[in-house]
Amino acid sequence: MAPQGEVKVLGAWPSPFVMRPRIALNLKSVEYEFVEENLGNKSELLLKSNPVYKKIPVLIHGDKPVCESLVIVQYIDEAWKDSTSILPSDPYDRAMARFWAAYVDDKIFPTMRGIVAADEGEAKAAAVALFKEGLSLLEEALVKMSKGKKFFGGDEIGYVDIAFGCYISWFKVTNVISNVNLFDESATPHLVAWIHSFSSHPAVKDVMPETDKLLEFFNNVVLPRMRAAAAAK
Amino acid sequence: MGKGDVKLLGLWASPFALRVRFALELKCVDYENLEENFGGGKSELLLKSNPVYKEVPVLLHGDKPICESLIIVQYIDEVWTDGPSILPSDPYDRAIARFWAAYVDDMAYPYMRAIITADGEEAREEAIAKLKESLVVLEDAFVQSSKGKPFFGGDEIGYVDIALGASMEWSKVIEKAFDVKLFDEETTPNLLTWIDAFLAHPAIKDIMPTTDKLFEYAMNFISPPSTKAAATEAY
Repeated sequence: MAPQGEVKVLGAWPSPFVMRPRIALNLKSVEYEFVEENLGNKSELLLKSNPVYKKIPVLIHGDKPVCESLVIVQYIDEAWKDSTSILPSDPYDRAMARFWAAYVDDKIFPTMRGIVAADEGEAKAAAVALFKEGLSLLEEALVKMSKGKKFFGGDEIGYVDIAFGCYISWFKVTNVISNVNLFDESATPHLVAWIHSFSSHPAVKDVMPETDKLLEFFNNVVLPRMRAAAAAK
Repeated sequence: MGKGDVKLLGLWASPFALRVRFALELKCVDYENLEENFGGGKSELLLKSNPVYKEVPVLLHGDKPICESLIIVQYIDEVWTDGPSILPSDPYDRAIARFWAAYVDDMAYPYMRAIITADGEEAREEAIAKLKESLVVLEDAFVQSSKGKPFFGGDEIGYVDIALGASMEWSKVIEKAFDVKLFDEETTPNLLTWIDAFLAHPAIKDIMPTTDKLFEYAMNFISPPSTKAAATEAY
């Protein structure tokens, strides 16, 4: 049965997780309304649609809410079957894609935050080293999965591209605030090329936050929050 | 790829490995169950098959390793399409099933682990309270998902049943070891009925370790703080 009803995405522009369903919908050429949430004052619709976590993103299709960004991406892939596929068709390739997407959330995101939170000196160096270890695994995965093409998904953006690529602006912000270079040509050449390809993709470029804007958001909103939390401990 | 030659690297006590076994049993897949040895260090095969996490379970299908229990369960569902479906067919129902399975992993399992490995009474009480909260949420999820049938998956065991059900003997061990009730008639009446139905299911009952066996095993590392590391490793 063809998907029924209007599509809304409840989100916030700085959130990497919110980018994921938006990229997926763009890839499928699905029209949707983007509803910007004020996370300091969550809407009734958000609280009603995601009562368990009260978090963004939420996809609302007709009157049905779907929560958790990667669950939403898989839903989009399955509900709009007639367009380009986000997950591969072969079960083993699908398992690999799911594995690396889960790895990104389990390891890459927390270790990136670890760099920002780390004290200068040894602690920061260790945090960067940990992050780069994870990156080298993704470099290998990219080589294996892309089979010489531009993306983890091959010729076209796929599940891992979406799961990982949504963090790119935040990696750039981390480079600036922590004075590091997370992606270097010598260690991760394929990932460096991939960042360019992904960022300029038509389904991505309008939803990826500009680094300057995100940096301002980090300094004005995130950093004070981090400092308050540290002071409270 | 052909369907033959299936091996599972697991641990009899691991709920994650149990998830995979339940899925294989449901689909009537012939497989070789390879038990990792706790004390003797991780096997070469495990380290080679899961270099990223070095953990069980790992499914070996031919020469291809698949890791992470819920990813393996989805793989099994997608390869062995002759048996009963583990995930529903409707995309929205699939999304709901995936949501609740992720909830089990993000909310229920970590608190179970926290209870078992807790350093001190206060930490344990806190983890128990959090787990009970999450079970009340899952009670609600069960009522919505089952629509009056015995399982989250409806008439037959499905994805969420497998995800949560695999830890049900561990929940009994926790109840016995710490003299606490995680499930009760007042807050989780439907889950209580579901647990019995799940544990009695033909694909489950001969594989699930008994409470006694699991309890005896758990006593090797529950409580004394010096074996907290062993507990974290084992669960």
